[in-house]
Amino acid sequence: MAKHEIHQQKKLFDPKIVKRASIDALKKLDPRVLYKNPVMFVVEIGAVLTTYYWFRDLGGSEQGAALFSGLISAWLWFTVLFATFAEAMAEGRGKAQADALRKTKTETTAKQIGKDGKTTMVNATLLRKGDIVLVEAGDVIPGDGDAIEGIASVDESAITGESAPVIRESGGDRCAVTGGTRVISDWLKVKITSNPGETFIDRMISLVEGAARQKTPNEIALTILLSGMTIIFLIAVVALFFFGQYLSTTISVVVMVSLLVCLIPTTIGGLLSAIGIAGIDRVLQRNVLAMSGRAVEAAGDVNTLLLDKTGTITIGNRMATEFIAAPGVTLEYLSQTIHLSSLADETPEGRSIVALAQQTVKELPAELRNAEKTFIPFSAHTRMSGVDIGGRAIRKGAVDAIARLAGPTGMPDGLTQSVNAIATSGGTPLAVAEDGRVLGVIHLKDIVKQGMRERFDQLRAMGIKTVMITGDNPLTAKAIAAEAGVDDFLAEATPETKMALIRKEQASGKLVAMTGDGTNDAPALAQADVGVAMNTGTMAAKEAANMVDLDSNPTKLIEVVEIGKQLLMTRGALTTFSIANDVAKYFAIIPAMFMGAFPVLGALNIMGLHTPQSAILSAVIFNALIIIALVPLALKGIKYRPLGAAAVLRRNILIYGVGGVIIPFIGIKAIDLVVAAFGI
Amino acid sequence: MTTNAIIQFAAYLIVLILITKPMGVFLANVFRGEWTFLTPIFGWIERLIYRMCGIDPNSEMKWTGYSTAMLIFSAVSGLILYGILRLQQYLPWNPQGFGAVAPDLSFGTAMSFTTNTNWQAYSGETTMSYFTQMAGLAFHNFASAAVGIAIAVAVVRGLIRSSVQTIGNFWVDLVRCTLYVLLPISVIATIVFVAAGMIQNLSPYVTLTTLEGAKQTIAMGPVASQEAIKILGTNGGGFFNANSAHPFENPTALTNFIQVVLIFSIGSGLTYMLGRMAKDQKQGWAIWGAMTFLFLAGLVTCYVAEQSGNPILSKLGIERTATDTQPGGNMEGKEVRYGITQSTLFATVTTDASCGAVNSMHESFTPIGGMVPLFNILLGEVIFGGVGAGLYGIIIFVILSVFIAGLMVGRTPEYLGKKIEYREVKLSMIALLSMAFCILGFTAWAVVYPTALKSLANQGPHGLSEILYAFASATGNNGSAFAGLNANTQFYNVTQGLAELVGRFFVIVPMLAVAGSMAKKNVVPASTGTFLTNTPLFSALLVMVILIVAGLTFFPALSLGPILEHLLMGAGKLF
Repeated sequence: MAKHEIHQQKKLFDPKIVKRASIDALKKLDPRVLYKNPVMFVVEIGAVLTTYYWFRDLGGSEQGAALFSGLISAWLWFTVLFATFAEAMAEGRGKAQADALRKTKTETTAKQIGKDGKTTMVNATLLRKGDIVLVEAGDVIPGDGDAIEGIASVDESAITGESAPVIRESGGDRCAVTGGTRVISDWLKVKITSNPGETFIDRMISLVEGAARQKTPNEIALTILLSGMTIIFLIAVVALFFFGQYLSTTISVVVMVSLLVCLIPTTIGGLLSAIGIAGIDRVLQRNVLAMSGRAVEAAGDVNTLLLDKTGTITIGNRMATEFIAAPGVTLEYLSQTIHLSSLADETPEGRSIVALAQQTVKELPAELRNAEKTFIPFSAHTRMSGVDIGGRAIRKGAVDAIARLAGPTGMPDGLTQSVNAIATSGGTPLAVAEDGRVLGVIHLKDIVKQGMRERFDQLRAMGIKTVMITGDNPLTAKAIAAEAGVDDFLAEATPETKMALIRKEQASGKLVAMTGDGTNDAPALAQADVGVAMNTGTMAAKEAANMVDLDSNPTKLIEVVEIGKQLLMTRGALTTFSIANDVAKYFAIIPAMFMGAFPVLGALNIMGLHTPQSAILSAVIFNALIIIALVPLALKGIKYRPLGAAAVLRRNILIYGVGGVIIPFIGIKAIDLVVAAFGI
Repeated sequence: MTTNAIIQFAAYLIVLILITKPMGVFLANVFRGEWTFLTPIFGWIERLIYRMCGIDPNSEMKWTGYSTAMLIFSAVSGLILYGILRLQQYLPWNPQGFGAVAPDLSFGTAMSFTTNTNWQAYSGETTMSYFTQMAGLAFHNFASAAVGIAIAVAVVRGLIRSSVQTIGNFWVDLVRCTLYVLLPISVIATIVFVAAGMIQNLSPYVTLTTLEGAKQTIAMGPVASQEAIKILGTNGGGFFNANSAHPFENPTALTNFIQVVLIFSIGSGLTYMLGRMAKDQKQGWAIWGAMTFLFLAGLVTCYVAEQSGNPILSKLGIERTATDTQPGGNMEGKEVRYGITQSTLFATVTTDASCGAVNSMHESFTPIGGMVPLFNILLGEVIFGGVGAGLYGIIIFVILSVFIAGLMVGRTPEYLGKKIEYREVKLSMIALLSMAFCILGFTAWAVVYPTALKSLANQGPHGLSEILYAFASATGNNGSAFAGLNANTQFYNVTQGLAELVGRFFVIVPMLAVAGSMAKKNVVPASTGTFLTNTPLFSALLVMVILIVAGLTFFPALSLGPILEHLLMGAGKLF
């Protein structure tokens, strides 16, 4: 599958992105921007303070004081920089994609059709909602709109990355066209539906760039928690200064700032926004455009997944799997007749019928091949199609329709049983008749996609209920549901019953996700907590949804759910890690602060750090380096496994909680050895 | 641990487990307004009170209304106590003719009793008339306890209800709690205490000539009735200065045992009530389990530290190991009636439960032994805690635990099916911050303020512990004193009064707000993806979060107080 440049999977540390992120990281030091991240803002204030003391110590006479405060302030600046770099890295990938998208927004001229029917050339930027334009082969579609006349193949690779052209035609669910895409053949009359600057590509650019990014509810909650902890540590450190005074020990500002920065949750504080941006980016890597971070987060919480049967659970088309002949009819004769009946049937079902017939009788006899044929096309009214050939009237269609054709003879006894058996098994029976005599039945079967059962089992383990939506009758629906392994199904679904189901689930407190493409899906998409519209779908559906799948692959909803969960897990894991780290930092810094006055406190120096200065410096350096070390984890997300909640929690507590306690002891000790080797 | 200690602690734990369910079932019935065996006796009084006060027992309040009613009640009752203290020379039952209590002490005492802290910067027997003790102080023993329990019930209602605005009627909860829970148990306990040798009279003090021929005044008073509610309502304000170490306030090992059981009884029962009201008993036991684990961990640490005693004494040839005739360990500041076992049990229980009654002097414990009561208070008084306060207090930590755990399992966190969102996190952080700010802020001020330092009996790390303990006790609404600090000064009366107010109302109001916002939410049905809060795993997580939050906040303070003192003791230096 050829992918457009925009959608290339970029390496995590693409040199171009790293270069750009490094520059952006510096720009983000601006306190007017940084204050939005309270934890890092406090670190920046600390860095400014220690820098001031460094300048002061430079003029002072105390041996080594300037070196110590200089190193501390340098590492505090690094701490802030690493955090802004992480955010810039996360944004960088989106920005690179936005740039590529912008290139598609070249100046275009449009052929506007006036009220009088005359075509005039206008600049595309002058088009407004409601204007009508003509687009012909080779033209770039000047804006988002609906085709109101004509049919054309359109190259949409600019937004989907998919090089195969798609068909757009007036009426129906394939009428939506996107500005910036190119008509390859034929022509369309398009009614523009959005003003310049509000088009799909414009929105896409601002989304991937992160300009429209708002903090999600969960992010806000976590920021409050982290800010609260920052204030608690601020109180603890300031109080410690006074306790020191009481015990006749004066703690320097540089040391106090160091302790504060080490204690406040800088790891998660520095990586929090990067995690969120990277989550949206990961969704985008799968060619799904999330309209907000909120939608991705909600996806992680989904309890109920509504999946369309056709295209999602089963491969789009039913296939013929069996012919059953009526008593007294040979399978060869039946196959031949069926073959004839389907010669003109170009639908996938028709082709599968021909393919099955050829398994019994490879070729039609020459006389039949060359005979005069009159094809009778399928109509919704007769519900059958067929062919008149050499005086034989062959008909194929719905069982009841064919039975009616057969008149009083009706269905032969043996066949009725077969028909029922097919229906019960979830298949669709088609009957074939010749001159009013029923010859046999075709078994058309829905083919469940491979691996769906395992997928649904995983979802069940995650606590997500799957509901299959289908227009089939309850009997068929039940059989397919059982075969696919979904938890529930909605048969004979209409937009209304679909909507009612969503409402019912939501009323019992559940979050519902669904996919849809047609205009009549729009209300349900809007009602669902996570609505994923297919890019092939109508503009109305895309407007109503909070995600658009550019590949139009409904199965992807499952991946989006996983990404949403992974996003929250990454936040939780790094928060736990960040807080767990504090234990070691206390054991590094508290003895260092008071060992001078109370040598017995050396008992708390369990890491055996060389000097008070090297202990404090090592803790600060560890604190800065851990941010940069965890950037890949923040961008990729922690490893996701579809397990039950208790198992996931135990695992993450073990890795990030217990690990978070142990790792800094090792890290700080190692850094101390290096620092001591330099003789600081 | 000695066999004796193991048997006594085990007996205590068994009794605690046995009373939890009956107490919880009873509380649930009372607060759901259902029939209890006391309804025939008190039902008509309850209805009479509602009629007289114009309360419609069927109309419920939103969290704002509930908070307002609670604040008005506390403010008015606090002012009345202040009035009684200032005017006691004009009031009856004052055989000793005590004069008006000083304004700053009156303020401190009024705040202290209104907030269920019951810190006493005075000696009851030389300051308070019988009227003050009974109408002023004992009234608050009932009222502040009933307020605490009412709030806990309201918070539980908020957690278990869905899609409603209201969380109950404050006045109804207050009346029911007093009438059905506090009064009957207090009456029974009073009778038991009197039978066990506690005094109960309104006589003037008795003056005796001792065997050595010296004159001694023996203080009298209605002790038993006060004692019952002091313990049951986790008030802790003693009738006498010596509190439960006084032979009239705690005459025997049996009364001592009954007291420690009563201190935990309601707090433990409330966890069961939570499970019962939530229709999932395991939810209650999960919280009970976390509380009990923390209690036992503290108890064992404290006991081991005290039984090991002071190593410096060994160098002087003093035997520290327990024998059949010798308790061994550190007996300083302990009553020989109770020994190390009952003293450490009482110290742990009283500081876990925000009671504040004491039967030994915590200051005289070894540094580590004394750190346990201090740390218990610093944990936020959530190990059963003050009646009601322990439950609504631990909900703060439940919210934080659930929030972090929820993130780690990849779902927006839920508790009892309700989503925990930024509003709940914000309110919990406000409560947590208020406590940390009060304890550390006031301590930091006191340790560098010369006037405040004059109150210290000891210097160095021990002095720091004394001040830290005082503000922790006030903020946690505990009321026990480390001793060694003269708190009856303007500075301490005022600052502690403020710390008590913040520690009480800056927790209650946010938690009521949490209740209000949780009540409005819809219940999300549990699935395999939901992190369950009724499992031992959750109890363990809750314990970790409580320890980590308190540990990180107070480690610097503790390391310069008890830990430094302990290390210095090892080096041969005492304070």
